[in-house]
Amino acid sequence: MALSTESIDAMKKAAARYPQKRSAILPALTIAYRQIGYLYDDLYIEVADAIGVSPNEVASAATFYTMFPKQKVGKYLIQVCMNISCGLMGAESLKEYLLKVLNIKEGEITEDGLFTVVSVECLGSCTTAPMMQVNQTFYENLNREKVDKILNDLREKG
Amino acid sequence: MEKKVLFANIDDPKQPEIDTYISKGGYKSLEKVLKEMKPEDVIEEVKKSGIRGRGGAGFPAGMKWSFVPKDSPKPKYLVCNGDESEPGTCKDRVLMEHDPHLVVEGMAISAYAIGAGHAFIYIRGEFDYPASQMRKAIDQAYEKGYLGKNILGTGYNLEMIVHTGGGAYICGEETALLNSLEGKPGQTRIRPPFPAVEGLYASPTVVNNVETLSNVSLIIKNGGQWFSKIGTEKSTGTRIFCLSGHVKNPGNYELELGTPLSYLINDLGGGVIDGKKLKAIIPGGSSTPILKPEQIDTPLDFESVAQAGSMLGSGGVIVMHEDTDMVWVARTLAHFYMHESCGECTPCRQGTKWIYDTLTRITAGEGKMDDIDLLLDLCDNIDGKTICPLGDAAVIPIRSTIELFRPEYEHYIKNGKPLVENKFMSFV
Ligand SMILES: Cc1cc2nc3c(=O)[nH]c(=O)nc-3n(C[C@H](O)[C@H](O)[C@H](O)COP(=O)(O)O)c2cc1C
Ligand code: SF4
Ligand code: FES
Repeated sequence: MALSTESIDAMKKAAARYPQKRSAILPALTIAYRQIGYLYDDLYIEVADAIGVSPNEVASAATFYTMFPKQKVGKYLIQVCMNISCGLMGAESLKEYLLKVLNIKEGEITEDGLFTVVSVECLGSCTTAPMMQVNQTFYENLNREKVDKILNDLREKG
Repeated sequence: MEKKVLFANIDDPKQPEIDTYISKGGYKSLEKVLKEMKPEDVIEEVKKSGIRGRGGAGFPAGMKWSFVPKDSPKPKYLVCNGDESEPGTCKDRVLMEHDPHLVVEGMAISAYAIGAGHAFIYIRGEFDYPASQMRKAIDQAYEKGYLGKNILGTGYNLEMIVHTGGGAYICGEETALLNSLEGKPGQTRIRPPFPAVEGLYASPTVVNNVETLSNVSLIIKNGGQWFSKIGTEKSTGTRIFCLSGHVKNPGNYELELGTPLSYLINDLGGGVIDGKKLKAIIPGGSSTPILKPEQIDTPLDFESVAQAGSMLGSGGVIVMHEDTDMVWVARTLAHFYMHESCGECTPCRQGTKWIYDTLTRITAGEGKMDDIDLLLDLCDNIDGKTICPLGDAAVIPIRSTIELFRPEYEHYIKNGKPLVENKFMSFV
């Protein structure tokens, strides 16, 4: 069992609120992803058990939704918005800088296991571009000093 | 002009607390509706306001509600669309974060109007903070008896649920959203049947945007007539515009509909950054045709923007200065539509990929002169030939940039490099 009792309880609680259990698949996958950090096949069976739907139903949703990584990523997943408003404010350069200082390629994990950088589409933060999301947190109006500080703070936290 | 109706309390840090909201007259509209008005009276009032949907298409909200069959024995559902994924758009988030009870109250009134016992708010999965603000507000509303069983002793029951998505733009499209809410992949459904007749769990469902529903309690409080006097005759009320790109003061601004675009960009936005010249404006999110600097006085209302050859869309106004490579703009957006195509219909699935590959070839310096016609052909083969409007949207930036900036394409192809090089903020 990879899922914690807390996660399973939270999934059951979510499922109880919907008129139909299948609706709880996305909330349940969100809970699983936040506990484990990524999704994989065997996990779908556990999720399906927790909310009382079929593993196939869970798998077909999980594979469609790109927000949940399907392989291991760094402890801090840095998602850089590369869409138009951020692009106009230097997103390409921001990503290049992150990859350089972390010394990785897109999608890779840093040696200390802490960071992965990926490109994403518009995150709904266009008026505070450029921006990036680290796990669940948005960092906006970025410049080099801010990025350095964010990385340092995360490294310190470990 | 700037007119803060939805944003009246947006700067009050205590506004998300229910006591603050109530102390300013909040939940009075819900009480009035439940105690004094019949559902059809509410729909009438909303019709009188003339409010049109703020999610993109601009369909009159009151009319949509009246399509819900009254005699259906099935349960009815209200869904508030907080997917907010159209590039350039970030306004619903502001309402959910800073005035969540305005959203909750609007949803509750609307649910009552259509006879729903369940109301869902579908929030894009990346919006963790807005979703937590909405959850907190909903919990508080339950505690105070504005949601749940027998609300304010009137016998009306309403459950309200926050549902978060999984990072797919297509789930903003209402039928894909409903599939997603049912736990399925976010693929679109063929209409008819329309959601008002057969939506969530095959039951009558109304889907409205966050900003649309946020206006509802204000319409009830001040009257449909009041609302209809704001804005222009056919575009009533205000709208929140998300000003982004190369302006000094980007941000979300609420304007009376009919306010000139120049007022937003120059007076509120402070004009173009670094003293550079304005080159292009996308007025309503990435799916709307580009306007030229000469069109900066276009009034921001549904009709005027349409007359100027574009659309008011989602309210995302994206400003570009002279040092912007328009082929790069096209490729950036082409990548987005390719990535977000749900894959259900071939013209969209294949066409968006082909467009992106062609643009990549051009920007890699390997383009051929025929590629411009190829791009236009690809657009013709997608436009109007797909199940949902994502396909139509995908061709807009391509056609628009070719039509207005063709020499930039030609230069790229002839010389293997851009006519205009991007000069944007640098981190390295
Ligand atoms: C590809 C696509 C994406 C959409 N994304 C959104 C969105 O993020 N938010 C939204 O409110 N409407 C979106 N819409 C429009 C919805 O389908 C629907 O028209 C709208 O939610 C209805 O609400 P309204 O009448 O209040 O505008 C999208 C439409 C399409 C075709
Ligand atoms: S147009 Fe594109 S996004 Fe819409 S249904 Fe077809 S493949 Fe899916
Ligand atoms: S374009 Fe980056 S957040 Fe919208």
